[in-house]
Amino acid sequence: MVDRIPRVPVREQDPKVRAHNFEEVCYGYNQEEAQLEASRCLHCKNPRCVTACPVGIKIPDFIERVAAGDFAGAAAKIAEDSSLPAVCGRVCPQESQCEGSCVLGVKFEPVAIGKLERFVADWTFAQVGGVKPSETHATLGNVRGGTVSEANGGVEQQSCETVEEGLHPSHRKVAIIGSGPAGLACAYDLAKLGYDVTIFEALHKPGGVLEYGIPEFRLPKDKVLKRELQDVLAVGVKIETDVIIGRTVTIDSLMDKEGFEAVFVGTGAGLPKFMGIPGENLNGVFSANEFLTRNNLMKAFRDDYRTPIHAGKKVCVVGGGNVAMDAARTALRLGADTTIVYRRTEVELPARKEEVHHAKEEGIDFQMLTNPVEIMGDERGWVRALKCVRMELGEPDESGRRSPVVIPGSEFEIPTETVIMALGTSPNPLISRTTPGLEVTRRGGLVADESGATTRPGVFAGGDAVTGAATVILAMGAGRKAAAAIDEYLKNK
Amino acid sequence: MAVNDKAMFKILEKKMLNPTICKMVVEAPRIAKAALPGQFLIVRADEPGERIPLTISDYDRAAGTVTIVIQPIGASTRSMVDDFQAGDSFADVAGPLGNPSEFVRMSPEELKAQKVVFIAGGLGTAPVYPQAKWLHEHGVPVDVIIGARTKDLLIYEDEFKSVCDNLYMCTDDGSYGFQGVGTARLEALVAEGKSYTQAVAIGPMIMMKFSVLTCKKLGIPIWVSMNTLMVDGTGMCGACRLSVGGVTKFACVDGPEFDGYLVDFDEAMRRSAQYKAEEGLANGR
Repeated sequence: MVDRIPRVPVREQDPKVRAHNFEEVCYGYNQEEAQLEASRCLHCKNPRCVTACPVGIKIPDFIERVAAGDFAGAAAKIAEDSSLPAVCGRVCPQESQCEGSCVLGVKFEPVAIGKLERFVADWTFAQVGGVKPSETHATLGNVRGGTVSEANGGVEQQSCETVEEGLHPSHRKVAIIGSGPAGLACAYDLAKLGYDVTIFEALHKPGGVLEYGIPEFRLPKDKVLKRELQDVLAVGVKIETDVIIGRTVTIDSLMDKEGFEAVFVGTGAGLPKFMGIPGENLNGVFSANEFLTRNNLMKAFRDDYRTPIHAGKKVCVVGGGNVAMDAARTALRLGADTTIVYRRTEVELPARKEEVHHAKEEGIDFQMLTNPVEIMGDERGWVRALKCVRMELGEPDESGRRSPVVIPGSEFEIPTETVIMALGTSPNPLISRTTPGLEVTRRGGLVADESGATTRPGVFAGGDAVTGAATVILAMGAGRKAAAAIDEYLKNK
Repeated sequence: MAVNDKAMFKILEKKMLNPTICKMVVEAPRIAKAALPGQFLIVRADEPGERIPLTISDYDRAAGTVTIVIQPIGASTRSMVDDFQAGDSFADVAGPLGNPSEFVRMSPEELKAQKVVFIAGGLGTAPVYPQAKWLHEHGVPVDVIIGARTKDLLIYEDEFKSVCDNLYMCTDDGSYGFQGVGTARLEALVAEGKSYTQAVAIGPMIMMKFSVLTCKKLGIPIWVSMNTLMVDGTGMCGACRLSVGGVTKFACVDGPEFDGYLVDFDEAMRRSAQYKAEEGLANGR
């Protein structure tokens, strides 16, 4: 086996230039590049990449079509399993999923599956399914108060024959709570089965973490997210924004008074964690959630929006996940000299490799084996420095990872204006507290079985709301599983 | 201007209550149905606007409306007051958020034992209204002290007359009612022999801080409604965190009302000014 063609490199914005703008970092493949890269696939009989994909995209099949120049066919193949290919092609941790199990990767570089998926999705936008940004805006602008006209986008609904007894699915209402990846995936599948699906979103824009969490330079909102949302609307899904389930209306009321027969909870993990060290309430200490929400959802980086954001000249970001990378690279783009502080080594960084690589290219300073112990303030109550200790790796803990231990006497200060805490998030308790019969785990996640069924009949859940903070694609996988379970539940009801 | 006639959050009524404070009645049926005294909502007037937390000043379940009272502080609130008229619509109104006032959660027996005094200042006068109204309707004796710098700035006098037992108006300059701040009026009332089981202060943080000091002196328990910075209002951002009895709480999900004795007001006031420099810039936008 000889890999005669090396993995086709993807064109990217120059790091020196992109460090000062919010344009997308990666340009993606063009047709020739995509076809060449696609030709590298070995078409394994038992494709390990498919098994490693949480939504089971038929990877060799779509890649075969890309190689043959049948991009529409490739898009249709992906659409069988995923409603968000342009998103996943950009944000999935491919190195630990599809590409991580690619046979080519054993001796050579794995096929660039993520970049091919992205190419197919972007090609589709530009061609057949391409919705003009203006049209997208008009439709999304109406997405509230159930005023969306849900033109059925020509997607064929399941006929009556497949439902043996009872009502046609189009007369059966399903509520989806949260319009992040789990909710969107669940809604997309259920609407394709013909159900009357309404998504309730607490914020003013749909997309969940894709909208408020992931920055523009990694996931362009107008170019990518809006269009993928448009695809979900096109199969008949309605989205009602500004509805906080548990406050505006409860699950009980949706089911008892508004006629929803099943509910899917995909509310994610939105509550920020803090370290509990002295000085965390000083001015200039922010959760990554606040920092990113101000910048992404509220567009603080744009002069035509009124949202204020504070970065200053020097920012320290605490944490090592994708959110930490996003916050650091956002701070950098807002003009701050930025340092990432992480208590383990680079090997343990939970972020996607590509993000770490990009962050380094852009000039972000990485302080590994470093743990904050206190945030120091000035006389006005603003941050002036982050006091840290150096760490070394000790014995492996129960997760198998070697736990960092403090090196005695290693205290030192990093002078900084801003500290951003990116330590992970936990599920919001609003729904579990206001829905009788919904059990939660010790960590605050909803108790749900493999199919997504919770302890309350008719209520399903999936994504970060169940597992705690994980990835877009795992949430989508959970949403799809729950959609199948909800279909089953409603058929038997 | 940001007129989106397709949105459902239509402004039905707009009235300037004094030279700066503006009252609006807004169509928001879902919120009107769920709202309880003490809760707040978030308004995003238009696309470039911020999400602004505003305490609910009244709600009408039958009409499907909520009443909010706005005072221009930053660029977004300035635009809400200057650029939006009756007939226009806000892009987004979300809520009700936060926990209802403690009274709402009390048993009838607990309520019966209450004798409540409200200390209201400035914009905070409006959100006292639904609480006083609710208590009055539940047969609880309610006194209300409304304070302002001068007569022209006093709001809600007529509205309160029908929802409390005694209404005490105060002005710093003595141009109307009692001369002095609300806390001085409270001290005078207690000196006259009045007694209260519970005080509630809603207004600028500095006013709530002094209300707490006075109540401590008088031995009256007091709740305060913390109007902190917020982005989402659902517990996501943590911008609203404050120290209550040495523990970090989120005003949006743990509050907005807290035991005044336990709130670190100096920290809360400092944190409220966190975006002052950046807001100066945004005001020019």
